[in-house]
Amino acid sequence: MAEAHPVGFQWVMEAKRRGATIIHVDPRFTRTSAVSDIHVPIRAGSDIAFLGGLVNHVLTHDADFREYVVAYTNAASIVGEDFIDTEELDGLFSGFDPETGRYDPESWQYERTDEAPAAGQRDPAQAAGPVHEPDSDPRSGDRSTDDGGKRSKDLHEAAVSDTHGSGGAPIASKPPRDETLKDPRCVFQILKRHFARYTPEMVQQVCGIDPQVFAKVAEALTSNSGRERTSALCYAVGWTHHSTGAQTIRTASILQTLLGNIGRPGGGIMALRGHASIQGSTDIPTLFNILPGYIPMPHAAQHRDLDEFVKADAGKTGYWGNMRSYSVSLFKSWWGDAATAENDFCFDYLPRLTGDHSTYSTVKRQIDGRSKGYFVVGENPAVGSANGKMQRLGMANLDWLVVRDLQMIETATFWKNGPEIETGELVTDEIGTEIFFLPAASHVEKAGSFTQTQRMLQWRDKAVDPPGDARSELDFYYELGTRIREKLAGSTDEMDRPLLDLTWDYPSDEQGDVDGQAVLREINGTGADGKALSAFTQLKDDGSTRCGCWIYCGVYADEVNRARRRKPHWDQDLVAAEWGWAWPANRRILYNRASAAPDGTPWSERKRYVWWDAEQGKWVGSDVPDFIPDRAPDHVPAEGATGPDAIGGTDPFIMQTDGKAWLYAPLGVADGPLPAHYEPPESPVRNPLYSQQSNPGRRRVSTPSNPINPSLSEVFPYVFTSYRLTEHHTAGGMSRTLPYLTELQPEFFCEVSPRLAAERGLEHLGWATIVTARSAIEARVLVTDRMRSLRLGEQMVEQVGLPYHWGQNGITTGDSPNDLVNLTLDPNVYIQDKVGTCDIRPGRRPRGPALTAYVAAYRRRAGVHQDEPTNQRIDP
Amino acid sequence: MSSSLHGRLDDVTGDAGYSEHPPRMGFFTDTSVCIGCKACEVACKEWNEVPDDGYELTGMSYDNTLELGASTWRHVAFVEKPLHPNTTDLGLPGMGPPGFDTHESGLGVTLPHGEDQAAESGDGGIRWLMSSDVCKHCTHAACLDVCPTGSLFRTEFGTVVVQPDICNGCGYCVPACPYGVIDLNKEDGRAFKCTLCYDRLKDGQTPACAQACPTESIQYGEVSELRERADLRLAELHEKGVDVARLYGRDPDDGVGGDGAFFLLLDEPEVYGLPPDPVVTTRDLGSIWKHVGAAAVALVGLGAASFLGRRSS
Repeated sequence: MAEAHPVGFQWVMEAKRRGATIIHVDPRFTRTSAVSDIHVPIRAGSDIAFLGGLVNHVLTHDADFREYVVAYTNAASIVGEDFIDTEELDGLFSGFDPETGRYDPESWQYERTDEAPAAGQRDPAQAAGPVHEPDSDPRSGDRSTDDGGKRSKDLHEAAVSDTHGSGGAPIASKPPRDETLKDPRCVFQILKRHFARYTPEMVQQVCGIDPQVFAKVAEALTSNSGRERTSALCYAVGWTHHSTGAQTIRTASILQTLLGNIGRPGGGIMALRGHASIQGSTDIPTLFNILPGYIPMPHAAQHRDLDEFVKADAGKTGYWGNMRSYSVSLFKSWWGDAATAENDFCFDYLPRLTGDHSTYSTVKRQIDGRSKGYFVVGENPAVGSANGKMQRLGMANLDWLVVRDLQMIETATFWKNGPEIETGELVTDEIGTEIFFLPAASHVEKAGSFTQTQRMLQWRDKAVDPPGDARSELDFYYELGTRIREKLAGSTDEMDRPLLDLTWDYPSDEQGDVDGQAVLREINGTGADGKALSAFTQLKDDGSTRCGCWIYCGVYADEVNRARRRKPHWDQDLVAAEWGWAWPANRRILYNRASAAPDGTPWSERKRYVWWDAEQGKWVGSDVPDFIPDRAPDHVPAEGATGPDAIGGTDPFIMQTDGKAWLYAPLGVADGPLPAHYEPPESPVRNPLYSQQSNPGRRRVSTPSNPINPSLSEVFPYVFTSYRLTEHHTAGGMSRTLPYLTELQPEFFCEVSPRLAAERGLEHLGWATIVTARSAIEARVLVTDRMRSLRLGEQMVEQVGLPYHWGQNGITTGDSPNDLVNLTLDPNVYIQDKVGTCDIRPGRRPRGPALTAYVAAYRRRAGVHQDEPTNQRIDP
Repeated sequence: MSSSLHGRLDDVTGDAGYSEHPPRMGFFTDTSVCIGCKACEVACKEWNEVPDDGYELTGMSYDNTLELGASTWRHVAFVEKPLHPNTTDLGLPGMGPPGFDTHESGLGVTLPHGEDQAAESGDGGIRWLMSSDVCKHCTHAACLDVCPTGSLFRTEFGTVVVQPDICNGCGYCVPACPYGVIDLNKEDGRAFKCTLCYDRLKDGQTPACAQACPTESIQYGEVSELRERADLRLAELHEKGVDVARLYGRDPDDGVGGDGAFFLLLDEPEVYGLPPDPVVTTRDLGSIWKHVGAAAVALVGLGAASFLGRRSS
C-alpha cells in the first residue's frame, strides 16, 4: 500500500502512531513491509489458503464475535440437503458440469420452508410470475458458454457478482435458522467442516508461511477484534488479479464478518483501486454488464420489456426492491420527454447482452476478426493488459482504433515499434488498422469529480488550461455526440432514435468548457418541479423523477455540489461528513446498523457509532444511519412484506434479501458458495488441499498466442508476479515520459532472491531473460534479501518479481512483463491471473525472429502445443 | 558584523546581524515514518526547477539518485540491512524450520529486537531503512563562512541560502561542508543546494518537500518547537522499545552548533551515509586567523628587521 498508494498510506502511518499493529502480507518485502510490525512473505496466488487458515483459526478457537455472528450473519441459516462440499468431492462443490466447466447452483440453496418450487425454478423471487425459460435463471450461476454450449439458453452471461450490484443475489424468503449453531446443516457448521483442513501446517505447505508467523498474525487479528476493537483489511490487485480473485475477497469477507469487523468504525475491507476514479467508473460504469448504480444490463432474450427486467428484483427485501424506480428515473434522465409510460420509458433503446462482452473476450474477437473498432481512453493495453501479444495482435486486426491519452503511448505506436514488429510477426505495411491519436487533458487541466474507494466523490476545479488541442473527456464526448446527432438529424431509421432522443444539452461554464457540474446535477436527479432531488428514496417509477445514477442521488441536494465541500477534518468530528460526499446518502460506513448490538445499544463505548434512541424513536449517531430511520430494533416484519418493509429490526445488511451478511453464498458466485484454494493455472506446486489443481470454474481463453505453461513443469520451475513501484504509474505513460520520475527508477529490472541468483547464475545489475510459453523478456537483475526463498514442506519455491511499468516509448524503455502473463480468467468478473510460471536465465534475450524460435524451443521442451494452448496437463 | 564560528548559539539569526527577525525555521525529518515514496525529491525539483540527475540504474536498492548534489537537494536513501547475516536458507535438508532464532517473543515468533522499519518474518529477516536527507542549515555554516562573494548568506529565517546570480563558482564552499551537501553544477560551475524554499517561506508557505510528504516524515516549523516534537517522538519510540532510535543534528552543543534541519534515525548515522560527529570546518578559523595574523606580524617584523638590518649594515 505504501508502494502503490503512498498518499492513502499516510492514514496507516497515523494509525500506527496511535498504536495500531500493521501486518503486511506480500511475496516481496516492500516499502509497506519496511514500516509494518509484521511482514508475512507468501507465495503469490495462495491467498485463499492463508485467509482460509485464519478463518479456521477463528472457528477452532471460538474467536468469532458470537453475538454478532448469530444475529447479523447467515451462520444460523440451514442449507438444503442437496449441498455437497469440496470435502466430499475432493475440491468440487455439488452442481459442477465438467463438460461446460460451470456450476449449477441449485444444490447450494438454503433449506426451503415454502412448498417445493417447480423444477428449475430457482429464484423464488420469480415465483409470482411465469418463468419463460423453465430451466434457467438469469440470476443463477448457471450460464451458457460463449461459444454455444449445450444449454442453449439466453442466460445472464454477465458476471453474476456485479449484476447483483450491491444487492446480492435474490434468494428465498428468509430461511430456517438454528441460532444455537449446532445443526449440522447450518452455515456455521458447514463453514467449520469446510475450513477444517486449512491448518497452520497446511498454510505453510501452500503459502510457505512459517506457522509461528501465522500464529502471530492470527493472534494479532483476533485479539484486536470483537466488542471493544475492530480491524481493517486493505487489499489491491494482489488479491483480485487471480483466476480465483472474487473468492479471495469472499474469504476476506467471511473472516471480517466472523470477527464482527463489518459495519463498524475501524473495520471493513478496503479495496485500493488502481486509478483515481476506478470506483467511479464502476458506479457510473465503463463495464459491459451493468448500468449506472449497479443496475444490471438487460439481456437480449430474458428481458423483453421493463416488467421482465425489474421482475427479479421487484419482490426483494430491502432497497433493491425499488429497482423499477431507479431504472425508470435513469431512462428519464437519458431520454427525457421521449421516455413515457406508453413506450416503457424507452427500455427498448438499451443495448442488450448476448454473451460475455468483457475486455478480454473482446480482444479475442478482435483477433478473430469479429470486432472492428476500438476506443482506448486512459489505458495502455499494449503494455498494461495481460498477454500483451494478444492485445497487439487484436489491435492490428481492426478497421480503426482511437487512442486518447496524455502521451504517445505504445498502444498508439505498436504498428511501428511493438515487439511483434521486431520479431517479424507483424509487418507495418500489412497492418490495416487506421489509428487516430487524440491528445487528452490531464486531471489538473479539467474540472470534475473523483470517486475513491470509500465511495466518496471529491470535486476538483480546473487549475490550468490543457496544452494545444488537448481536451477533457467531457468536451470530447459531448462534441462527438453532437456531431453524430447532426449527421443523423432527420433520420427515420428506428435504430437512430436512441441517439436522437438523448437529452444532449449541457451548458458551458465561464471558461467555455462543458460544465461538469451540470452533468453531476443530472446524475443527482431532479423531481417533477425540475429541482435537484435530495435522496434516492424520492425516486418514482411513474416517470416524474429523473436520476442518472440512483446511488449518487443527493450529491447535488439543495442545488449544492456537495462533492466540492472541503471542510477540514480538524473543524469537524471523526466522521468528517462535510468533506466531499459519499454514496449512498453521504454515508461513510455501510451497514452501520451493525455497529450497535441487536437491542440497538452500542457494542461498546469505545466503538460507539450509530445506535437506537428510544426516546426519539430513531437511529442516531455520528454517521448517517444505514437503516430505515425509525425502524425499532425489535421490529418483526409482517408476513409477505417486500422491499424495505421486509427489513427486520436486526437485519443490518439491508441490501441483502435476508438482511444478513453471507458467510455462505447460496447464489451469486460462479465458482462455489464457499472459497476453496486452487493453484494458479500455472504453478510449480501440486495443490496440497484437493486433487482439483486449478479453479474448476476458471475461464480459459483458447488461442494460439495464449499457450499455458504446464504446472509442475521442470522447464518453467519458478513463479513470477508483477507489481508496481511508487515511482511509476501503471503502464508508464504518465511517468516514463517525465524526467523527474524516470530518474528515480530509470530501468526495467527484476528482483530475485540470493538463492535463486546462485541457482541460475544471475548477477546483481547483470541481465536476465525471463521466459514463458508466450514470450521472453529481458531485465536488469536486482539480487535482494527482500525477495524470499519460500519453503513449502520439502519444496523450495522461488519467485521472480517484475515491476510492470516499461514499454517501447518514453525516456527509458524496456520489455513489458505483461507479455509474460497468460489469460485465464476468474469466472465472476473475468479478470486475469497475474501469477504464472517461468524460467529465468542470465544474459539478454535473443533479438528479432530468434526470439520466437527461442520461445518455441521452450514450448517444445515443456510439451505445450499451440493447437491446444490451454491444455492443463500435469506431469506425473 | 561579526558572527560566531562555533559553540552553542541560541539566536543564529540575530548573530548574523538581523535585529528583528522571525523565529528560526527548519526541518525535523522523522525517518521512522518515512515510506521512501520520494515525493520530496520530486516536489523539490518541480518547485525549484532543479535539473534531472540522468537515468542510471545504480543497483543501490531503490536509490538511483545516490546523494545530495547540485541537481539533488532532497535525497532519499534506501538501506537494505539483513537482520541476521549468513542465514540464507539454501534449501538444504536438516536446516530446521525457517524462523528459528534465538530471541523470541512470548508467542514464539522471531521479533526484531528494539528495532523499527524491520518487519521480521522468519529467516532472512531484513530492515529496509529509508531516510530523506537535505542540507542541514547548520547553526555554524562553514560554507557561508568561506564564501568570498557573499553569495551564501544567512536568511532572516536562520536558513542558509546560495544566490546563484552572485556565486562565482570558486567552489570553496564544497570542501567546507562537513556533510558533503553543497555541490557545483557541472555545466555552469556555480554552487547549488537546498534553499529551504526561501521564496515559499517569504510567502508564509511550507517548503515543497514538507508539503508533499504524505506521512509527516518531513516536518517544517520553528526549530525550537521541532526540537520539542523530536524529543517527544524519541521518548515515545524508546517507550515502545525501539531503542535504536536516536536524534541526529538536534543538539545545539554539537560540532556545528546543532542543525536547522535535523533527523530521527533508526541506526548509526554512518548507515545512512551521514558523518557521525560533524564539526564545522571553520571552527578554528578564529584561531587560524590569530595564527595567520601572528605569522603575518612576524613576517612583517622579519621583513622590517631585514630592512632594518640592511640599513644597519
